[in-house]
Amino acid sequence: MARMKFLCDAERCIECNGCVTACKQEHDIPWGVNRRRVVTINDGVPGERSMSVACMHCSDAPCMAVCPVDCFYHTEEGVVLHDKDLCIGCGYCFYACPFGAPQFPQLGAFGVRGKMDKCTFCAGGPEKDNSPEEFAKYGRNRLAEGKLPACAEMCSTKALLAGDGEVISDIYRDRVTMRAARGTRSGPPWGWDTAYAPAASAPHPPAAAPAPAPAPAVPAGKS
Amino acid sequence: MTRVATLLLLASLVAALAACGERPQVVNYKQGTYQGKRDTPPYQNPPFNGDKAAWERALATRAQAQNEYKRTH
Repeated sequence: MARMKFLCDAERCIECNGCVTACKQEHDIPWGVNRRRVVTINDGVPGERSMSVACMHCSDAPCMAVCPVDCFYHTEEGVVLHDKDLCIGCGYCFYACPFGAPQFPQLGAFGVRGKMDKCTFCAGGPEKDNSPEEFAKYGRNRLAEGKLPACAEMCSTKALLAGDGEVISDIYRDRVTMRAARGTRSGPPWGWDTAYAPAASAPHPPAAAPAPAPAPAVPAGKS
Repeated sequence: MTRVATLLLLASLVAALAACGERPQVVNYKQGTYQGKRDTPPYQNPPFNGDKAAWERALATRAQAQNEYKRTH
């Protein structure tokens, strides 16, 4: 079986936070918990890059390695899930995760840690699929409905891809090949042409601007 | 008669105690192995009812919908 993965195309992410909103809406996630977020490098500087980040469902997951109660497991599809009934909210997984994926709801005014919550690749958890118990603890199980994660399916620029690692690699490879084949027009190394490749019919390089009309000659003898 | 009743009472008390079986209240941790509930594969329940091939086809179709070059060119 395939290994499910996320892939974010930094050339295309426009920091709209549609993925974050889709995730919160889909799973009814409480205030203060963000299973997904958009990180921007060089924010405000021309050429800034954004990246949608959540649990990357690592093949050798550090959260799984450090969990003192061993509440994590890999599904057959390579998705990293955990049993909230077992989680003690210690936060070790948060320290171990290089992506900051584990989230802890604030249950009280004194910052008490709740049980860890994280991206499930829309695959629910170890409760009966699509049961009210599963939704309450882990959110919706779209994978069991034959659907991909809501964040990727909602991505307007298709910057965020989700699914079988080999399939989304092929999709990304198509993109890069298309960009390389069509080249880029003169201009900065970001923007529409870099993200989507210039249109096949577009002039390459762009037509030169028309030369300004020559100034009318001054008749001789007049000064 | 009284003796029989007493024996019956004792027997029923012993039987009642049998219902108070001692169940482990804490998880017996085995280092490095998942300790939680078993999960079922995503294709096990409706709408796929165990049809793994149909589930994989559904996901493959969804995945290809992410490739707009295939859709527009």
